[in-house]
Amino acid sequence: MIKNFDFDVITGSIPFLWKGLQVSFYLTFLALVGGIVFGTLLALMRISNIKFLKYFSMTYVNFLRSMPLILVIFWFFFLIPVIIGRPIGGFYSAVIAFTMFEAAYYSEIIRAGLLSVSSNQISAARATGLSYSQSMIYVILPQAFRNMVPILLTQAVVLFQDTSLVYVVSLRDFMTASSIVAQSQSRLVEMYLFAALVYFSICFAFSFMIKRIQNRKVTT
Amino acid sequence: MKYNWNWSVLFEPQYFDWIISGTLWTLYLSIAASLIAFFLGSLIGIFRTLDNKILNSIGTIYVEIFRNIPLLLQMFIWYFVFPELVPENFGNWLKQDLPNPEFSSALLCLGTYTASRVAEQVRSGINSVSNGVGSAGYATGLTTYQLYVYILLPIAYRIIIPPLTSEFLTVFKNSSLALTIGLLELTARSNMIMDWTFQGFEAFTAATVIYVSITMMVTLIMQKIESKSKIPGFIREKA
Repeated sequence: MIKNFDFDVITGSIPFLWKGLQVSFYLTFLALVGGIVFGTLLALMRISNIKFLKYFSMTYVNFLRSMPLILVIFWFFFLIPVIIGRPIGGFYSAVIAFTMFEAAYYSEIIRAGLLSVSSNQISAARATGLSYSQSMIYVILPQAFRNMVPILLTQAVVLFQDTSLVYVVSLRDFMTASSIVAQSQSRLVEMYLFAALVYFSICFAFSFMIKRIQNRKVTT
Repeated sequence: MKYNWNWSVLFEPQYFDWIISGTLWTLYLSIAASLIAFFLGSLIGIFRTLDNKILNSIGTIYVEIFRNIPLLLQMFIWYFVFPELVPENFGNWLKQDLPNPEFSSALLCLGTYTASRVAEQVRSGINSVSNGVGSAGYATGLTTYQLYVYILLPIAYRIIIPPLTSEFLTVFKNSSLALTIGLLELTARSNMIMDWTFQGFEAFTAATVIYVSITMMVTLIMQKIESKSKIPGFIREKA
């Protein structure tokens, strides 16, 4: 078995695979930023006193969380051209789909983070004359985010793995690139094992770093 | 926005049958994978709480491997790579004689992957039972096996019902990944209807409604089970 392995397939397609990996990273980064921004909005809506915003956020989050990611990707690839009248390209459709999907998960993390900041802080901030939005922006959110860093980063690793699902719409990320090489050279075993090794090393190293950050926070 | 609505397409016999058979495949796959995940995951989770270095590391390695490789890639590895790596006779049997290879690969993939997540829940459940309980168990003369089966696990499982529920719902959603190796489950079927009829809105709505309603149903049932199986004093009462 092992002696039949052809590693030249891998070395020969490194530039192509590297391009794919860059797409994966870029997609992860944009969806991460978008997901956190939109997720924060959803979380703030969820804890606000305005009923409409509260229920909108609740419905959105529960709805998205009970749908498979692939179905969400299909939905957005179908909906975006219908709504705005023209296609905007696979990459940006994927960014939008992942942002909307991840926002639902991030908002739950961020909401828990917001609730972990004592409610006295809001009263204190309001007492010093800050408005509600000022006290959120300058007092509550910074503290909440500091508590959330490890979980948000862990979720980023999950997101990085999830981006491989753009395979279903043939966007050329690392997963799709590996699969293209595997199929065209008929070297499925080598390529998929190699891809697994790459994903594993990246995710494992990153998770290890997150653990270090977490431990440092505990000791200080 | 221009779109020709045609909800009746969902009730044309051919497409209606697709939705039903897609839903059934999704359910078969999720239920069978959940069962594998529950038993394998419990075993791995128990390994990680035992006082045995080798079993401990087996558990840790298992969890790290399955957690750090994208599920889609695991699906491909089970389907395309696994039959090539096992002894030739067995590999040929897998490739040629095994009925419905897409289903079996997807089942193995989802079962083993979810087991790694269930293992983490089981471990944290066992660890959350106070140490005194374990010591008390040993003091009455129970063996480690008896301690786990009669004392620790019954308590731990009750504690982790909510996170376990969400793991099973995750399997249910993850089962859609089986479409990448050609299993025609619900998401695949709705995408096919979209391709054949261009009624994407109707097709995806049908799939969405089915996913959301099954999720809601399972959540309700598990809440019932949770409140029925509560042990006073061991599980925090909801405020």
